[in-house]
Amino acid sequence: MWEMLDDLFYAYQDLFYGLGVNAILALSMYAVVSLGQLSLGQAAFMGIGAYVGAVVTVKLGLPFGLSLTAAMIAPAIVAALVGIPTLRLTGVYLAIATIGLGEVLRILYLNSDYLGGALGFSGIPEKANGWIIYGLLALILSGFLIITRSRVGRACEAIRQDEDAARVMGINVTLYKMTGLILSAALAGLGGALNAHFSSFISPGEFGFETAVAILSYAVLGGVATPLGPVIGAFLLTALPELLRSLHEFRGIFNGLIIVLVMIFLPKGLLGWRVRRTG
Amino acid sequence: MNSPLLTAEGIGRNFGALIAVDAVSFTVVQGQIHAIIGPNGAGKTTLFNIISGLVPASQGMLRFQDREITGLPPFRRATIGISRTFQNIRIFPDMSVLENVLTGMSPILRQPVWSLLLRLPAARREEAAAKQEGLRLLEKVGLHAQANARAADLSYGDQRRLEIARALAARPKLLLLDEPAAGMNPTETVGLLSLLQELRKDGLTLLLVEHDMGFVMGLSDRITVLNFGRVIADGAPGAIRRDPQVIEAYLGAKVAARLAAEAAKAGAPP
Amino acid sequence: MLGQQLFNALVLGSVYALFSLGFTLVFGVVRVVNLLYGFYFAVGAFIALFLATLAHVPLWLAAPLGAIGAGGIAAILDGALLTPLRAAKAPELSALIVTLGGVLLFISCLTLAFGTEIRRFPAELLDWPAFQWGGVAISPLQIVIIVTAMVMVSALFFFIEKTRQGTAIRALAENPDVAALMGVNVGRAMAMTSFAAGTLSGAAGILIGLNFNAVHPYMGESMMLRGFVVIIVGGLGDIRGALLAGLALGFAEVLTAAYISSDFKEAVTFSVLVLTLWIRPSGLFGKASVKRA
Repeated sequence: MWEMLDDLFYAYQDLFYGLGVNAILALSMYAVVSLGQLSLGQAAFMGIGAYVGAVVTVKLGLPFGLSLTAAMIAPAIVAALVGIPTLRLTGVYLAIATIGLGEVLRILYLNSDYLGGALGFSGIPEKANGWIIYGLLALILSGFLIITRSRVGRACEAIRQDEDAARVMGINVTLYKMTGLILSAALAGLGGALNAHFSSFISPGEFGFETAVAILSYAVLGGVATPLGPVIGAFLLTALPELLRSLHEFRGIFNGLIIVLVMIFLPKGLLGWRVRRTG
Repeated sequence: MNSPLLTAEGIGRNFGALIAVDAVSFTVVQGQIHAIIGPNGAGKTTLFNIISGLVPASQGMLRFQDREITGLPPFRRATIGISRTFQNIRIFPDMSVLENVLTGMSPILRQPVWSLLLRLPAARREEAAAKQEGLRLLEKVGLHAQANARAADLSYGDQRRLEIARALAARPKLLLLDEPAAGMNPTETVGLLSLLQELRKDGLTLLLVEHDMGFVMGLSDRITVLNFGRVIADGAPGAIRRDPQVIEAYLGAKVAARLAAEAAKAGAPP
Repeated sequence: MLGQQLFNALVLGSVYALFSLGFTLVFGVVRVVNLLYGFYFAVGAFIALFLATLAHVPLWLAAPLGAIGAGGIAAILDGALLTPLRAAKAPELSALIVTLGGVLLFISCLTLAFGTEIRRFPAELLDWPAFQWGGVAISPLQIVIIVTAMVMVSALFFFIEKTRQGTAIRALAENPDVAALMGVNVGRAMAMTSFAAGTLSGAAGILIGLNFNAVHPYMGESMMLRGFVVIIVGGLGDIRGALLAGLALGFAEVLTAAYISSDFKEAVTFSVLVLTLWIRPSGLFGKASVKRA
């Protein structure tokens, strides 16, 4: 019996790790969308985290913990730089700036020999395992769930529903938005580094438009009424195409279609009912 | 005696060539109910937005308790004790009634994030105390029974009360009310009137913008009248009622002249 | 040498202006950053390509047909995706999200149908000899591109300013509720806008496809980044701004590639975007409707 599970696990190992990492990425999306902001930089930040983490492990030979930490800090800094001008403005500007960021970074990776260029960065040791990935996911998810039920969670919801009214209630909206953006960047970077350390390979094309939209689709499908929403969305949208082998090539179509259908027919996502925000 | 709480000095605001507010000065005295009235388009709501910080003033200065607050961002004004409601009721529709009130309490909930995250005893105590205070406020405005209802599902009158409860949550010193009686039927208006009088008894200073004359006259200690963005009268309700410029602003020059003539004929103040 | 670069910049800049014009028009009228635009860009090129190669339609006919085809597809898809959201009064970011999903969906369909390899126009069609003029090598194709772009831009200006439909569209951009009350057929005006914008995007796609002789499903992607920069620098919704900024970007890119490094082109583009957002977010001509915190 255990042998069978072992075999099953081995066959689906990458899927298992992928589910966990995508859930973390989904939470990074939640961090901004719960404030009513549309940042599409998750893939870009993921890429920064992946490359930084890989460099720290492979080129600098430092321990994994440091790789992960660096992978969170680097994109956070970039997010702060992008955020400062754009957060003062209406949401469209942030969306545009973050899409643009992804594009520019992709070109940078392609042209960098240090980072492996178009051939990608290979030979990354497999330091990520199920315990680390799911342990971090559990930690992050519980953090979100606890915060949701506190004054911070209420403030986020208030900002999402009516920014000016929230301001007048004494909520420092700009600080919240900036924190949300930086947090989302750090989590995306973490996801990227974990991904790099179980697939052993980073390709510059991984962090472009398609990935950004895929991550968005987790939050769209699951809804953002609760932090669990995007996580469930990630599980469904990651597992389904994998398990139904034939759907693999159709991933772009699948994700795009899901977003279109959900936005038109089920705008609040699957998990539409709210979790209460009192502790 | 009673000290000035809020002072507006020469506040002006223009949107391009349109002058919405023009050199407005007045003083709100602590413990009083002060009303700002004027015909439509007189600049009242713009003035309110300036006082609460959502719109910057083009000229002039604002003082609160001897401290200049002209450039202070809106969220800080809530922290120093200025709270407001909106003309078109801006409660948070998808949150529960109690959650709305708790959101208003943000400025006085001081437990830091890491304490909240670790669910330390101090954090849990603060949250429990907050919930109790929230329920007490709801009771004060008569919404205690609907604490867990969805805010958007409330009746119009109840939503107004909720907005007031939310504005009171941070224990403000000055409460700005933007047309609180708008859209209310006579019964609801009477209820609102007594609530506001009760708040004044509790030591709160109220500044309100209102159209309903009867409401304002019976309630206020002092009235400032705006027309075309300018102050045309400022004083006690009795004086304002008789002020020819005010009458002219509301009823037009012809009617004002006729009333003045009638008053002169009668030979005594009306 | 500088002359050559300036000429190349003019060619590229006019296509950027053409592309961004429709993009900004849609934002001004429909109030949506419509990412499907990148798809219409590719669709126009594909239609023209297939007409020219498979149906042997002469290029001077295939090109406009491709553009119009793209316009028609735009009117249909925009309508299908955006109308339900408008009807439900969804927040404006929802529309952006739908177009995001949509563009991924449709470009993936395109990839599935035609593969990712780069297709080319038949060589005979483009075999026009370049001539010299004051030391600058000019290909007739480049002249065609500039002229086409100018003509279409002028046509758009004329349409918007002088025709009744154009006025209806401007009214819609100004104040949708009042426009509807005044009898503007909102649905039809929106469809016209989508059609016009789609045609411009498709035309830009064809011109770029011809200029670099490369057509593939993802060709719209890098164009979108440039589109963003142009519409923000020019001011969201302002077509004069899009024109000026488009030309300016063409110059900035070509000159950067020529005198600094070709790799830095995108970095320059993005930096311009960030700088604009930092210093003057409403762009050159935009209304100051950007919120201040």
